[in-house]
Amino acid sequence: MSTNTSPTFLIDGEEISFQPGQTIIQAALAAEKYIPHLCFHPEFKPHGSCKLCTVKINGRPAAACTTQAQAGLNVESDIPEIKDKRRTLVQMLLVEGNHFCPSCEKSGNCMLQALGYDLGVMSPHFAQIFPVRPVDASHPDILLDFNRCILCELCVRASSEVDKKYVFALAGRGINKHLIVNAESGRLADTNFSPTDKAAQVCPVGVILPKRVGFAVPIGKRKYDLKPISDISSRPALPSGGEGSTGQLASGGSLESAK
Amino acid sequence: MTFELETATHPENLKRIAIEPVSRVEGHGKVTILLDEDHKVHQVRLHIVEFRGFEKFIQGRPYWEVPVMVQRLCGICPVSHHLAASKALDMVVGAKLTPTAEKLRRLMHAGQILQSHALHFFHLSSPDLIFGFGSAVAERNVVGIAAAYPEVAKKGVLLRKFGQEVIRHTAGKRVHGTGSVPGGVNKALTLEERDLLLKDIYQMVVWGREAVQMIRGLFEKNLAEYNAFGRFRSHSMSLVRADGALDLYHGGLRARDADGKLIFDHFNYEHYWEVISEDVKPWSYMKFPFMKSLGPDEGWYRVGPLARVTNCDFIPTPLADREREIFLAYDAGRVSGATLGYHWARMIEMLHAAETIKDLLHDEDILGTDLMARGERAQRGVGVIEAPRGTLIHHYRVNEDDQVVRANLIVSTTHNNQAMNEAIRQVAKQYLDGKKITEGLLNHIEVAIRCFDPCLSCATHALGRMPLEVSLEDAEGKLLDRMVKDEHGVCSE
Repeated sequence: MSTNTSPTFLIDGEEISFQPGQTIIQAALAAEKYIPHLCFHPEFKPHGSCKLCTVKINGRPAAACTTQAQAGLNVESDIPEIKDKRRTLVQMLLVEGNHFCPSCEKSGNCMLQALGYDLGVMSPHFAQIFPVRPVDASHPDILLDFNRCILCELCVRASSEVDKKYVFALAGRGINKHLIVNAESGRLADTNFSPTDKAAQVCPVGVILPKRVGFAVPIGKRKYDLKPISDISSRPALPSGGEGSTGQLASGGSLESAK
Repeated sequence: MTFELETATHPENLKRIAIEPVSRVEGHGKVTILLDEDHKVHQVRLHIVEFRGFEKFIQGRPYWEVPVMVQRLCGICPVSHHLAASKALDMVVGAKLTPTAEKLRRLMHAGQILQSHALHFFHLSSPDLIFGFGSAVAERNVVGIAAAYPEVAKKGVLLRKFGQEVIRHTAGKRVHGTGSVPGGVNKALTLEERDLLLKDIYQMVVWGREAVQMIRGLFEKNLAEYNAFGRFRSHSMSLVRADGALDLYHGGLRARDADGKLIFDHFNYEHYWEVISEDVKPWSYMKFPFMKSLGPDEGWYRVGPLARVTNCDFIPTPLADREREIFLAYDAGRVSGATLGYHWARMIEMLHAAETIKDLLHDEDILGTDLMARGERAQRGVGVIEAPRGTLIHHYRVNEDDQVVRANLIVSTTHNNQAMNEAIRQVAKQYLDGKKITEGLLNHIEVAIRCFDPCLSCATHALGRMPLEVSLEDAEGKLLDRMVKDEHGVCSE
């Protein structure tokens, strides 16, 4: 990737070239250098909320998704100190929601689960909060399981920036912050949400799910069964449906009402 | 009404012995025995001390998640729950399965029967049968078997492993796979997977046959004791195929009385509640099912291998059917009513499972790729299957938004609740009454429980109306407070 004309910086001692205006994570991913992330999506503006992409830049921690690449920076990513912090962040996300991977249809296609494996999460470590979050099954084609929301706001951003429908928003503060549906009733059925919306395609976990096609992809064929999330060597630049898409709409093949 | 030895008249003056935990069974249970000063037995109860709650917490979940979620009831035979739930939800999605989908599910199920029966016989029960019920506790385990009879232990391990491989190739994982989905299956069997299984299946059939001969040999050596051990008269219930054949995946319900007379036959399980109800008792977390026409006192029954092998008219695979005939005729038919006859019947079924796998692997439909079907949506589904331990009923109601709003699961071990209690009371009368209690004698009680291969984790899935008693005691054991919730959910002090 490196050319004589492009400026460069270092990630873990490896020289990475970049285009002016790129963030560190954009330059890293373009150079096939993986930096863990959840709220970052190549099609959306940086959000900087999940902090999974935290790296050390010239010795100081910063989010790789919101920091502009600059020539000569020394970035440390794949080091024990940073990986420990990322593992802790994933553990905190896991206990804040109700993430029952064994019966979750997103298992094997879930970025949070894949990062848990990749970072070596062996236990929740923290006490489970077990929040009470009823599902919204009111929409004929889409199920909302709020139990798994990690507040990345990708659906909020997709719905407002791409779909122009403003279906989702976050409400509450601190530990009480939660995803809501922008309807007087609070029900997805009372919005103009559609399974073909961009917002239906971007959830990195198992919140926004096409109905009646769960578990259509067998174990062994799911996205992260094939290779770990950190292996981005053959990842398309902009996967259709985004990084967190289930792949089930494409491979399930029988979502009659979602056509 | 209470049964003989169920409840002592004056428990306060009696000495209490607890076998806790009951070992070499799935899940956690205990047995309590009340004895007087002369060691006479006054009360014997099998208690299930676990509390699960699946029926409650699947409420509100999307229906397609249920076959994957409810199988977590069990780590030994999750495939049974996986398939029973799938069958129930086939009804909800209105699906008539494709031939390939049904045969792949049958293959998965046969793998499950094979591995579960092998596990139970070789790992859990053979130490009692080979070394003796009262033998030294240090050797009475699978490690002792491996040391004394390495070939027996090896076959047990490899039979189980093969069954698990069948499950892996059909469900995606050896334990807790996702292969079966409402309306079909998500995974086809590849030619390579089929050939891999075919390579070993003939050996499994041979070993399955040897296992039947092994238990028959044990009966020959100990006939009088085995016939009498924990013996009781009981009705039996199982699924049978339309032509009366043994069918572990699908069929109608058949019940016989202790003399073999039919109580009902080919009953459509979609309306099981018309013939079966459940009773509750304040001392157990496990319900007591009974046939409605006979009532709770007379209508209890047994399920599982012994019930199935004696209930059906024939087994549709030749080697197992021949062994069934020998079993039924043995000792003028007396063995087929013995509690230890469960082990013999279980090995006949294991042989049948191996033969079924062989036949299915040779069936051209098994390599098909037409896996899914859909039809007219319904709001209620009932799925019944013969799990390794007996008849398993899953019943769901699903709302228009695709959420489960009600669930009722009646698992094999629950059907056997009264039968297990009868067996241990008989054993207590036969072996413990008036004697000084030793570990070896107490193991006789566990031997009787193990005949049923109970899965105590599965049997405690319910939540809501179960009776519950909470006692608060001080450090000296003095009762400070007590609260009782009865079977109607009413609390009192």
